[in-house]
Amino acid sequence: MIPTIRQPRLVRYGYRAYVALFFLYLALPLVVVSVFAFNNSQFPSLPWEGGTLAWFFGSERPMIGVFHERPILRALGNSAFIAFFVSLMAVALGATNAFLFNRYDFRMKSFFYMLMLLPLVIPGIVLGISILVFSSTAANGIEETIGWDIEALRPGLPLVILGQFSFVTTIVTLVISARLHKFDRSLEEAALNLGASHLTAVRTVTLPFLLPALIGGFVVAFLMSFENFNTTLMLVGSDAPLTIAMFDRMKEGSTPLLNAVSLLLMIGSSALALMMIALQRKE
Amino acid sequence: MRAGSKLGFILLFSPLILWLGLLIIIPHIDMFLISIRERVGVGKYDTSLANYLTFFREPLYMLTFARTALMSVLATALTLVIGFPVAFYIAKIAKGRLQSALFLLCLVPFWVSELVRTFGWMILLRETGVFSSLLQWAGLADQPVEMLYNDVSMMVGLVYTSMLFMVVPLITTMESLDDSVIEAGYDLGGNGISVMREIVIPHAMPGIVSGSIVVFMLSLGNYLTPTMLGGKDSLWFTELIYSQFIVRFNWELGAAFGFMLLLLSSIIVWGTLKLSGQTLEKTMG
Repeated sequence: MIPTIRQPRLVRYGYRAYVALFFLYLALPLVVVSVFAFNNSQFPSLPWEGGTLAWFFGSERPMIGVFHERPILRALGNSAFIAFFVSLMAVALGATNAFLFNRYDFRMKSFFYMLMLLPLVIPGIVLGISILVFSSTAANGIEETIGWDIEALRPGLPLVILGQFSFVTTIVTLVISARLHKFDRSLEEAALNLGASHLTAVRTVTLPFLLPALIGGFVVAFLMSFENFNTTLMLVGSDAPLTIAMFDRMKEGSTPLLNAVSLLLMIGSSALALMMIALQRKE
Repeated sequence: MRAGSKLGFILLFSPLILWLGLLIIIPHIDMFLISIRERVGVGKYDTSLANYLTFFREPLYMLTFARTALMSVLATALTLVIGFPVAFYIAKIAKGRLQSALFLLCLVPFWVSELVRTFGWMILLRETGVFSSLLQWAGLADQPVEMLYNDVSMMVGLVYTSMLFMVVPLITTMESLDDSVIEAGYDLGGNGISVMREIVIPHAMPGIVSGSIVVFMLSLGNYLTPTMLGGKDSLWFTELIYSQFIVRFNWELGAAFGFMLLLLSSIIVWGTLKLSGQTLEKTMG
């Protein structure tokens, strides 16, 4: 079992083999996706037709690479746009939520804390349809009463942003709360004793302490938004973000172009995640 | 100071209420209201339970609902059984660098979009895929083998997608288990199985519960994996919701379906928490 307890050699090696097999299972799909991005063929499958970078840089039919494929680039832009605003809003609200639950005692606090956690246990697709239904009720109501047709309440980028924001906020709140929990409040009191106002104390003492969590929350939110599928699927309009655009292509049949996009995505998100880990290590 | 604190409270409390009210609570109430109305003419609606009756009367809907629930339970159980030994290895056997490296490796698939992971399995399993080609090359098959579009391939994908959410909570709870407790178990005459049952599993219970809840939720609400990896017969309940909303534009029935899915997941989450004596705050927060 644990190293200090002797086990028969067969059990030990068997166990190790199992763990190795598990990691092979984890790696396999990601490896094949990456490898076939370089296949000089119209299909991401064997036989191997030799290596090429055309699926990244190619500019002529039939091999148009990622960097020359307009719809994919536009979808990437949409995704980045959505993810940026979702993260920004989620970090702002996550921070106020964290302060609220950390600093104040109020009636039904645990009830509100539970409500705050609720988005985690609502299936993403249900979250998506409920927001779709409500926004269209609101849009119809506004149109009937004052005659304004509010485009932002119809499926499209603003709704996708709201939909993702609705559950990403919970995660970000948890990330920021965890750090605020470790904060030594006597530091803030010292600032107050030295004559700082309450707001100045928070701004100059507490917020710098929270900064790693704010950045970490932003990165987590960005990644979650970028790869969200279920909620987005129900709220998307004509400007599809990357996951939806890729999904539509995958249904039609795939070329190694999708592999190339996937590989770039993997590199991008791993870089972000590693950056975040490095940031936490430094602490 | 007192007055300032009151103002601060209001300033911090109102964003929370706006968020929960406008994006979570009111939309769900609205969805419920839509689900209990019936279209009786152009732009005319009556309150009725017709949509729910349709759901209970149409065997396809009920069957799909039950199947989705059972398959999600199965996926959760498989994820737990497959992930537990690995989590134990990382938490208790691997040390130092190896431990943190393995832990990081577990996280990698999470950084990659679910779409990419599913795409990877499609490349591996389909008729022209890697496994099929390898089997032919090795002489084990004389024609292309289709391994995609059935329940097994869907299960492989579901377990893969949610593995991280099981392994990480398991590792965090088991790391806090002191080695000496396990040693004491052996000293008192326990063997591998009894120590596992009496010491390790009870200690890991919070991790098992929160992992299982998250994995179950993710499987139940999954759309991508059943659509891409499952076959014609492995219809998933989310696919029904999608088709009512987007394809048929029957929002009333779709909302009823959505509500049933929400009800099912709430009951199972609540039941699991009650049975194991955990709370949502403890397992999630």
